[in-house]
Amino acid sequence: MNALFAPGFFTNGIVHSALIVGAVVAVVAAVVGTFTVLRAQSFAGHALGEVGATGGSAAILAGTNPLWGFIGIAVVAAAAIELLGVRQPRSRDLATGLVLGAGLGLAALFLYLGTTSQSTTGASITVLFGSLFVVSMQMVPSIVTLSIVALAIVVVCYRRLLLTSLNPDLAAARGVSLRPVSALYLLALAIAVSLSAETIGAVLSTALLVGPPAAALRLTKRPIAALVAAAGIGVLATWLGILLAYDSYTWPPSGRGWPVSFFIVVFVFCFYLLAQLRGRKVTRG
Amino acid sequence: MFSSFMVNTWVAASIVAVVGGVVGFFVVLRGSAFVAHAIPHGAFSGAAGAALLGLNTVFGLGVFALAGALGISALGRKGRHDVATALGLVVMLGTGALFLSWSAEYAPQIYALLFGEVLGVSRAELWPIAGLAIVCLAAVALLYRPLVLSSIAPELGEVRGVSERVIDTAFLLVVALATAMTVPVVGALLMFSLMIAPAGAARALSDRPGVAIACSIALALVTVWVGIALSYAINWPLGFFVGTLGAAFYGLGRLIGARRRRIASPVA
Amino acid sequence: MSARVLEGREAPVLSLRDVSADLAGRRVLDGVTFAVQPGEFTALIGTNGAGKTTLLRVILGLQPTSSGTVELAGARRGRRSVGYVPQKVLLDPDMPLRARDVVALGMDGHRLGIPVSPRAGRVRRARVEAALASVDALDFADARVGTLSGGEQQRVLIAHALIGEPELLLLDEPLANLDLRSQHEVVALLARVAEQHRVAVVMSAHDMNPLLPVMQRIVYLAGGRAVSGSTEEVVRSEVLSALYGHHVDVLRVHGRILVVAGEGDEPVRPPGEEPGSVESGIVSVP
Repeated sequence: MNALFAPGFFTNGIVHSALIVGAVVAVVAAVVGTFTVLRAQSFAGHALGEVGATGGSAAILAGTNPLWGFIGIAVVAAAAIELLGVRQPRSRDLATGLVLGAGLGLAALFLYLGTTSQSTTGASITVLFGSLFVVSMQMVPSIVTLSIVALAIVVVCYRRLLLTSLNPDLAAARGVSLRPVSALYLLALAIAVSLSAETIGAVLSTALLVGPPAAALRLTKRPIAALVAAAGIGVLATWLGILLAYDSYTWPPSGRGWPVSFFIVVFVFCFYLLAQLRGRKVTRG
Repeated sequence: MFSSFMVNTWVAASIVAVVGGVVGFFVVLRGSAFVAHAIPHGAFSGAAGAALLGLNTVFGLGVFALAGALGISALGRKGRHDVATALGLVVMLGTGALFLSWSAEYAPQIYALLFGEVLGVSRAELWPIAGLAIVCLAAVALLYRPLVLSSIAPELGEVRGVSERVIDTAFLLVVALATAMTVPVVGALLMFSLMIAPAGAARALSDRPGVAIACSIALALVTVWVGIALSYAINWPLGFFVGTLGAAFYGLGRLIGARRRRIASPVA
Repeated sequence: MSARVLEGREAPVLSLRDVSADLAGRRVLDGVTFAVQPGEFTALIGTNGAGKTTLLRVILGLQPTSSGTVELAGARRGRRSVGYVPQKVLLDPDMPLRARDVVALGMDGHRLGIPVSPRAGRVRRARVEAALASVDALDFADARVGTLSGGEQQRVLIAHALIGEPELLLLDEPLANLDLRSQHEVVALLARVAEQHRVAVVMSAHDMNPLLPVMQRIVYLAGGRAVSGSTEEVVRSEVLSALYGHHVDVLRVHGRILVVAGEGDEPVRPPGEEPGSVESGIVSVP
């Protein structure tokens, strides 16, 4: 037992809040991410996470919690992508990329100003690579509230999202106007990405957003089942990641522990590969 | 600004801009913005790993960029391309997070790798950059026609015996090469801004592919030159200027393109 | 249309014998047999999902067969001698390519390197010019290809396919998404090209009516099986009923042909119009 669960795993308050926050974030990311994958918008999801880093670093510069910076900038960036938004997928990716480039440029500036003015050298690394273990207990209510908002958007718009994701022309023919659905969805995406950026880091938020849904969609073609499977895979990967990260405090080389983000990414990727193998068997048989 | 140690910087940045402008043209033509972002960004982890082992960072960048290109190409064969890119990217970055946690690396050095370091180019580093640039440009010249053909529609290439998979992998390898040489100068996060923004603006400026490539190179050069000058004068990071100037050029390009289309349209 | 000998003694440019193909475990083509003579205009008719695109991909060698043989331009399956215009290529208006650039790539798009020799360049330009002229595309040769209308883009792609001087030109649904006038223009153009260049044209369509004046052979596909011959031989109630496996009527109204399914009460449905099966397929997702 102790070999797997290092002493104190079940009694440690930091671990508790990490498990709770991690699970909530994983569920939101998986649910929103299912539509991200269906709509082939992984790049937008990733870009929002990284641009969010700009807000995160600005918030650190201003001395507030990075989460609010993340959300603020992610929503602005989502609006910019939607406004620049071109129907042609190639041009859409390009618009996304340019918003991302401009955002990262600002991030560079804020982090630079932050490091020179306050010498908080670790800030950039925390913002970019995150750590579930530094999420404070006070943040839990805000995280839960934001999660509910994102999930509510998906639940309310569920059918329309599905229809517009499968075939925009069909949705338009049925009188579903695309703009509001698309805008609301990007809002949910901004929230989901900010939450996972806060926990596993801006550059790695994509792992939870894209990995579990992509794996789930390999296993089942039924949307509800895919949502549930994606959430399950996300939570499992997150918890296993937390467990191993906690264990790793006794591992070489430094004794400072391996980053939890690393483990989560590895598990997400392994689940994806497993789903690929299984999915291939299903289509063959 | 033009003192002897800055000369290296100007030369290196100009080489980087030319390669970024040319490779970027194809990135934009093929709609590979995400991959162009993922490979340099993920390759950053290789640099972190190389620093950990005490190796040359360009070596780490090169290994990770090539591995990333091949990995994304392999994953993309069975799954969707954007998902493959996203997962390839996060796996590389996850590894990077691990390397960073192991290393006692001084944060500003990591920061320089992410966001670029103008003063970081020595005479000795100039040669590998120039060498990789030549290889990169030669590869693009060699692949020019098949690349354009398969960008119009992959089937058109397939019918003439141009395998889409081979072309796609070859192109990813070119992006990887470009990455290995440019990241130490402009940084992992902004490398791709330099690839897509000038090229994205250039397509609005001309209908001829050759002229558009030339415009793309010119805009990329202006971007880095202005960026270096400002960065030298105000001491803000180069990445900031590259990212924002790039977006500004693109916005301008789109405006010009929209005006041209209004004047020229519709083709009778 | 000039009267040409259908049953010539020349070797066929394309012949398929008992070709079957599977996609993801499903039989899409089932024992398809037909041959196309040089310069012949062949229409490949069938509803969506009848296997038209798969059949074209099989001919091109892009889709492996499960059984049967495909012989192309006299035994050698050299891809150069086939021109292909894929379905629904809508070119990106942001792409900095002129119509003539696209046509030029039809000649040497598979080659490595950049063309530099000025003499070869002159020859190249002349050939591009000729190909553009043969599809009446000189007026917009220097326009950005993505800004052209659907019919114009179609003509550019036909020139792209023709410049390689193929013996066989394959087109996948070239009339889809075109208005009636452009449809007639493209059909007339293809008939002229077949005549002038001695190219055998094989084009797929879901409605045979725009092609009736020009087509010399019809290959009617349903459920992966095919019958081939002249319009009079194939488009008959007993032949199509046997193909579909249930009774269909063939009505000739004002020079148009309607293929109607069922026993009197069934709704009239020419093969061009889908009964909304795509829509119901997607909506039924839970």
